Amino acid sequence: MGDTSRLCSVWLGSETGILKGVSLSRKQAFNFCNTSHLSRDQEVRALCWGDPAESELLVGSVDGTVKTFSTEKGSFTETRRCGDPADGCFTGLAVLRGSALVSCVECGTLRVWKEDSSEPVTELSAGKNVCRMRQSPVHPHKVATGGKENGLKIWDLESPEKPVFTAKNLRDDWLDLRRPHWVRDMAFIPGTDKVVTCTGYHQVHVFDPSSPQRRPVLEVEYGEYPLTALSLTASGDTVVVGNTHGQIALLDLRKGLVRGCLKGLVGGVRGLQCHPSQPVVASCGLDRFLRIHSLEDRKLQHKVYLKSRLNCLLFSSRDLEEPAGEGGAQEVKEEEEGDEVWDSMERVEEKPKRKTTEEEEELQKKKSKKKKKN
Amino acid sequence: TRTGSRQHTQGGGVETKEEQEEKMEKSEQAAAAFPPSFSVSEIKNKQRRHLMFMKFKQEKRKQKLQLKKKKKKEREALGDKAPPKEVPKTIENQRVYDETTVNPEDEEVAFDEGTDEFCSYFNGLTNPKVLITTSDRPRGRTVRFCEQLATVIPNAYVYYRRGLALKRVVPQCIARNFTYVMVVNEDRKVPNGLVLCHLPDGPTAHFKVSSVRLRKEMKRRGKEPTEHSPEVILNNFSTRLGHSIGRLFAALFPQDPQFVGRQVATFHNQRDFIFFRFHRYIFKNEKKVGIQELGPRFTLKLRSLQKGTFDSKFGEYEWVLKVSLSAVTVFFKMQEELCCLI
Repeated sequence: MGDTSRLCSVWLGSETGILKGVSLSRKQAFNFCNTSHLSRDQEVRALCWGDPAESELLVGSVDGTVKTFSTEKGSFTETRRCGDPADGCFTGLAVLRGSALVSCVECGTLRVWKEDSSEPVTELSAGKNVCRMRQSPVHPHKVATGGKENGLKIWDLESPEKPVFTAKNLRDDWLDLRRPHWVRDMAFIPGTDKVVTCTGYHQVHVFDPSSPQRRPVLEVEYGEYPLTALSLTASGDTVVVGNTHGQIALLDLRKGLVRGCLKGLVGGVRGLQCHPSQPVVASCGLDRFLRIHSLEDRKLQHKVYLKSRLNCLLFSSRDLEEPAGEGGAQEVKEEEEGDEVWDSMERVEEKPKRKTTEEEEELQKKKSKKKKKN
Repeated sequence: TRTGSRQHTQGGGVETKEEQEEKMEKSEQAAAAFPPSFSVSEIKNKQRRHLMFMKFKQEKRKQKLQLKKKKKKEREALGDKAPPKEVPKTIENQRVYDETTVNPEDEEVAFDEGTDEFCSYFNGLTNPKVLITTSDRPRGRTVRFCEQLATVIPNAYVYYRRGLALKRVVPQCIARNFTYVMVVNEDRKVPNGLVLCHLPDGPTAHFKVSSVRLRKEMKRRGKEPTEHSPEVILNNFSTRLGHSIGRLFAALFPQDPQFVGRQVATFHNQRDFIFFRFHRYIFKNEKKVGIQELGPRFTLKLRSLQKGTFDSKFGEYEWVLKVSLSAVTVFFKMQEELCCLI
């Protein structure tokens, strides 16, 4: 179990409660299930990495439990009860300083949970009908929430009484009618304070909390259907959005133009993510496929059929190894690729721990090579 | 006779180059009268242009026949050593296996289907109750089509639309325990669309309807269908999408068919078109069956499958038909294979 989970570079959560790991180099998908029998209660709604070294995954299900999955061992290690199913499904999960867990549910309650206690340390209400909560990658104690008729709010978890930034709705339209707004997904732009959101009324907004203007700084419209998922590219000036019809577009945030569309998806987009280092974007949705497109030429690179509808996905930051088919020089190449992977990975503070895991990994790789040889 | 420029190349053996050179020489000789880049389309006079084009086509046809004869002779001359005959490319030949085909033993798919929106029907907990209506102000043909549909589907009720919004109709139907809403859309006095919405929270399928034949237009038909529940035949719904649509159709009819009535409704899927037929059968002996077609017949093509009840603006779509403008036509099939036409 452990070997297969270590190979996987993309993790997806499905509606049947199965956590799926996909290894693109081997073109294989693996199912990881918590219980022996499946049930719809276990439908996975939120996924996030448990630690910066990406050895643990936190899986949030519909019944209010958050399970920890270890990629080293390939099995679920812990289950935590983080809220009632009556409150609604998880709309966001994030990790704070390694041990604390931030969770947000649809009814708007944002809670911070500590390792041991079953009661939340901090609790705040972000309004009703929250659709998404995201954590800022630069400042882990800042989170953004947004939902239907519930504008973008940026909260600082250290001072949870009032939001740091509340967005104002757009100006009334030409008939002086109030514009409806429905924030579906958001992302923090690296390098600056700005936040990008996508709405159910096919708009993409950029907000700047540092400016006195609480209304969006930039507004871009795409398509005629609600935009359900959003992801920023590594460079930070292009955003990828997907809507309920399966149309995925690349939008440029500097001018607000549509750069191009990614073709292939036929169902509503549920999850989108750009790879942290490679110019590659993964999309999953109701059509039960995982598709990986390249951002430069917008061509489909990989397509994997996974039998259930997919809700969310996560990339692991290591390189998506090149497709198989190298032949004899596999051994040498694998070693080289291994070195590259380890060089490109970010350094973590705890150096001694890293070294041991590195050694373990290399040992495992050698073992698997030996197995392949045999 | 002088024909237009020989722009076409002939297939076949090594002689091509030499033949072409010969042609070039000939055309150069003839070029004295015509400019070298002459083509039939440059003649302004329509009659003469037509004549020249006809001659050109005849020449082409003659050459093609000559080539065929030559090939046949060669094949006969070689006898046993002749290379095998080439198989012509057809749509059915060019198919690629569709990976979404459902494997009957697959646990995950079985679980998915066992707990989806139709599970209460397939577990025997609910009975179908269908509401049939049309778009606003329907014309005679559509009205008769709906009435005939109501005789085919047991426990179906036809209601006049009265310009009501579908989004308001749906909750009222749920309150009155309906399991399906079927809306026949009409355009220019002919039914052309069908929205089939499974009620409590089920998927909504939007179809394009074509070739509707009402009962009186059918030749050699039987008498009116009786009140017995028909058997249902679903052909070729083998991919995952096909399964969902197949279950959508199956849940329209009551689970236990009354074999006394000897009626059968068939939904046959071929190349993404679903053909609906309604027959009455009688077994003459163990091997022979006589069938009589009753009831309306129509063809459907799926345009979109939306998760949840009817909400075309904000609903999430599970499958949308995308009409591609390029020359590459791809059939995303509800049937076994995915087909690529280049």
